Amino acid sequence: MNHVISLLVENNAGVLARISGLLSGRGYNVESFSSGPTLDPDITRITLVCRGDDTIIDQIKKQLNRLIEVIKVSDLTNKHTIDRQFALLKLLVQPGNRGEIIQLAEVFAAKVMDVGSDTMILELTGSEKKIEDLVQLLDGNIVEIARSGLVSIERGRKHAAVSQK
Amino acid sequence: MVFKGAEMVIESLRKEKVDTIFAYPGGAVIPIFDVLFDADDINVVLTRHEQAAVHAADAYARTTGKTGVCIVTSGPGATNTVTGLATANFDSVPLVCISGQVPRNMIGNDAFQEADTVGITRPVTKHNYIVTKRENLGKTLREAFHIASTGRPGPVVVDIPKDILYQPLEETYPEDVNLQGYTSPGKGHAGQLKRAVTAVNDAKKPLFFAGGGINVGDSSKIFRNIIEKTGIPVVTSLMGIGALETKNPLNLGMIGMHGTYAANLAVSECDLLFGIGVRFDDRVTMNLEKFAPLAKIIHLDIDPSAIARNVPVEIPIVGDAKIVLEELYPLLDKKDRPAWHKTIKEWKDEAICINAYEGFNAKEDDSSYLMPYQVISTVNRTFPDAIVTTEVGQNQMWTALFWNFKEPRTLITSGGLGTMGYGFPAAIGAAIACKDRRVVAIAGDGSFQMNLQELATAVKCRLPIVIVILNNGYLGMVRQWQQMFNGGRYSSTHLNDRIKADKEDKVSPDGSPDFVKLADAYGAEGCRVRSKSELEDALKKAAALTDVPIIIDCLIEPEANVWPMVSPGAGLDEMVFCIEKEEE
Ligand SMILES: Cc1ncc(C[n+]2csc(CCOP(=O)(O)OP(=O)(O)O)c2C)c(N)n1
Ligand SMILES: [Mg+2]
Repeated sequence: MNHVISLLVENNAGVLARISGLLSGRGYNVESFSSGPTLDPDITRITLVCRGDDTIIDQIKKQLNRLIEVIKVSDLTNKHTIDRQFALLKLLVQPGNRGEIIQLAEVFAAKVMDVGSDTMILELTGSEKKIEDLVQLLDGNIVEIARSGLVSIERGRKHAAVSQK
Repeated sequence: MVFKGAEMVIESLRKEKVDTIFAYPGGAVIPIFDVLFDADDINVVLTRHEQAAVHAADAYARTTGKTGVCIVTSGPGATNTVTGLATANFDSVPLVCISGQVPRNMIGNDAFQEADTVGITRPVTKHNYIVTKRENLGKTLREAFHIASTGRPGPVVVDIPKDILYQPLEETYPEDVNLQGYTSPGKGHAGQLKRAVTAVNDAKKPLFFAGGGINVGDSSKIFRNIIEKTGIPVVTSLMGIGALETKNPLNLGMIGMHGTYAANLAVSECDLLFGIGVRFDDRVTMNLEKFAPLAKIIHLDIDPSAIARNVPVEIPIVGDAKIVLEELYPLLDKKDRPAWHKTIKEWKDEAICINAYEGFNAKEDDSSYLMPYQVISTVNRTFPDAIVTTEVGQNQMWTALFWNFKEPRTLITSGGLGTMGYGFPAAIGAAIACKDRRVVAIAGDGSFQMNLQELATAVKCRLPIVIVILNNGYLGMVRQWQQMFNGGRYSSTHLNDRIKADKEDKVSPDGSPDFVKLADAYGAEGCRVRSKSELEDALKKAAALTDVPIIIDCLIEPEANVWPMVSPGAGLDEMVFCIEKEEE
């Protein structure tokens, strides 16, 4: 089963290498890894999607917690969350099917970011399923894909703030 | 005060109360050694290899509980520390290793003697740093000492670019550390403690399983009090040896692949197994399905990731062994368990019969070679209070099985990583740390050759280390496996044809050095012994030495084996005691 694990880590050089080194060194399966700044410039947030049974996920969390630069580990798997991925799709189009593609994009709330004489770039945000669905529908036209990892945040008042010095 | 970077490094050592370091110089750390030149309060031990510097610092730490420190240069100096760091990391040894790095403006350019030290050492350390700003140097060193010595201890590398060592800064060495993501567990969870107490008090056949965490966590005193109060028997891991004295009737000895008969059976029969500071590693549990099949398991460890990793644990307790055991002491009942004690006594008696049958006790006659038990027990009698280091292989297991340990921190051995070449440099670190005690290095003829250059260090430092080589002419432990599982095909395990050489009154026609001449070449003492009386003479000589190491090259039965043995895949109660003759 896939687990979504959210980390707050110190924003040091090398911290990403430390985390990815731990995951690969111990042979854990990671489906996606995304990282970005938080409100506090000294802290980075990393969202991991890992595959494994409960004991493996438990180990992954414990091992991440052992790292000195990891401040907080939260498992968002069965939490009430908003999960999003982001994708850019480059398509080859003919004059005849451009309209049809734009219509399809609208249904998925994808934005048309660039239109060339025979290409088009779509931007799409949504759940993993939504992105896969559109990718499948446009399969014959897509020539290149750039996708982000998953990011996730818990609903409600609870927030993963870290006490400041 | 204004400190150059190199001066800050020494200031840090003073503030951290470090009086001894193990070091090897090179271009990138010349500025540090220049400051050390005038630092009369810091004893700089120059080893002959960086790996040995780390092992020596590691043993200095294991024997004293203080943090060991080493300093090495960039590139090859740093890469040579990797085995030492991994050894210390596996066995939770507090170490700070300071490495030089090329100047900042050259990093990434494949500069002379550049290596990505932080990248290379990341998986074999508790934490590591590269200092990228002079302002961070003091803070980083303070954090390094804090991280190395607290929680589950471990090695920390601080990599310092050379230009930072020259840079002056008005600075005081910080006292506090502020690490948001780092806490070390103390007390146990109250609910779990309560469950543990009930489980222990209710158990009919309880058993403690003592690990290195008791020794590392300085909790052997309270542990011994608990054993005395409850009368519950104890088994140990290799690293847990010394937590309880070997001779204590409640101590059944080490468990695992080469565990004792009584200890392995006790684990298989107990109804409650209380592991303290252990990892339940695969050489200990053997076949997991058959491990402690009747027992409820309680596991106390300071490292949450060690708990429930290998075996299912009913009652996990995360905490500091000393604090938690002190919490438990008043709550555990004194209780008679006559049936359990009777069974244990029977196992112990049976073990004596099996051992005598296998002959490792015997051979007092002049049979051609010494037996390992004879050597170890004789050396033990001469140096009953020694600190003992071992190499890896049969020599290590024989020491663990046959030496009478009285105190924690007296068996210094590479457990988790199993590093050949550890024992001799470790003996140097131990001898420097404990000037008032004898240090005996039990070695294998193979392992000793992995760091024998340190004879120079031991002679230079005038250390009366007694190096006892159990010379079987083989990489014995691997040979034993080949004998048992590969039809006796001794592929690349034969070091020399010692039997033949000895008959012709020559030594080592094909490979191994003449260890006596080797000792002589370095200015150490040396003798070769073939019988118990020769060994006793050599030990008399050794006991009289005060300022020079001695090699006692013991020619032991080449194909002596370590028994009992649990074969891979078998359960702990499925031990074998001899080579089974193949049926025709
Ligand atoms: C650095 C290293 N290389 C290889 C091994 C594998 N190994 C384990 S025991 C052993 C044999 C050791 O031989 P020796 O030191 O003579 O000890 P003996 O078993 O004969 O007592 C070997 C090669 C190891 N543990 N460490
Ligand atoms: Mg050998």
